[in-house]
Amino acid sequence: MNFKKQFKEGLLTKNPVTVQLLGMCSTLAITTSLFNGIGMGLAVTIILICSNVLISALRKVIPSQIRIAAYITIIAGFVTVVDLALQAFIPALSESLGVFIPLIVVNCIVLGRAEAFASKNGVLASAVDGLTQGIGYTVALVITCVIRELLGSGTFGGGLLNGGEGIRIIPSPFPAMQMVMPVGGFLILGFVIAGSQWLMKHLEMKSKKKEAAK
Amino acid sequence: MEAILGIIISAILSENFILVKFYGICPFMGVSKKIDTAMGMGMAVTFVMALASAACYAINLLLVMLGLEYMQTVAFILVIASIVQVVEMFLKKSVPALYKALGVFLPLITTNCAVLGVVLVNVQEGYNFLLSVINGAAGGLGFTVAIVLFASIRERVNKADCPECFKGFPIALISAGLLALAFMGFSGLSIF
Repeated sequence: MNFKKQFKEGLLTKNPVTVQLLGMCSTLAITTSLFNGIGMGLAVTIILICSNVLISALRKVIPSQIRIAAYITIIAGFVTVVDLALQAFIPALSESLGVFIPLIVVNCIVLGRAEAFASKNGVLASAVDGLTQGIGYTVALVITCVIRELLGSGTFGGGLLNGGEGIRIIPSPFPAMQMVMPVGGFLILGFVIAGSQWLMKHLEMKSKKKEAAK
Repeated sequence: MEAILGIIISAILSENFILVKFYGICPFMGVSKKIDTAMGMGMAVTFVMALASAACYAINLLLVMLGLEYMQTVAFILVIASIVQVVEMFLKKSVPALYKALGVFLPLITTNCAVLGVVLVNVQEGYNFLLSVINGAAGGLGFTVAIVLFASIRERVNKADCPECFKGFPIALISAGLLALAFMGFSGLSIF
């Protein structure tokens, strides 16, 4: 078990959003405030861990011809649980994420990890995989949220800090409203992915230089 | 009649499924490298969306009658998965050329959030049978318009010279952003 390696893969080199390009719909749609980003990230992480564990536990029982249908049913079950729990305990989050909570069922990250990892590995490794991939997704979401919220509404931590208003950084007449609209979602995610590609290349060059120096 | 026209216009232009509501971004990015396949994908998705809207309307009536509303997500996704399976078998027999062109993306329509999204929106808005089917079909047409436009832009962008770290996906996202900016121009559009 290589927890450190899995963690690095989930966070950077195999990040579900910036490298595998999975789950783009939710990433683009809900990243307008920090509250949304953290809430969505946690919801997906919990569902990912639960479905990975159950699918990995059942991997020898499910016949391979109908595995996709079986996985989707399992995932849909967990998504319904989380959806109902959010409606009951955090109604503000449930309202703000709206239809994108039930749409986690068709979020390719969850199904993708079930097919690529949980169906081939043990229960514990699958749980760790769900956790690390979920953290990678959350981090990418939060970064996009922070940039988008800062440029679009001029605040930090909207929905969470300062009684839900967020801390104002740019005075209210100046922020570019377009950035919290669909346009900003595409543009900023483009820049975030470009940034992560640059970072990975940079790190690779650095490690190569180190090896050359040895 | 007014309601129908309103739904069609908003689903295709002012509330475009991809560029304004962000449903179905995965196929939008995945299948938009060539105009032909984009067109085929759009048609298949439109068909599945209209059919799924109709089938899920009936299923939802049944669920409400039995008091099982909390099973909506599970029931809808199973209905959609089986419709996609039927469409796949139909295309394989009758239009094998399109079947080959769409390849692996055909079964992936199941996990296209546009399909589940439109069904959930229909239920939330309380549309009747006719409006549900029209919303599904118009949403699919909106998807087709966006993906075909984007594919034609992307065929050119791929040949353009841009900084190393922007190559591939980031530059595609940024051009999609500009397309979304253009579609924002429709946002004030309402005839009624």
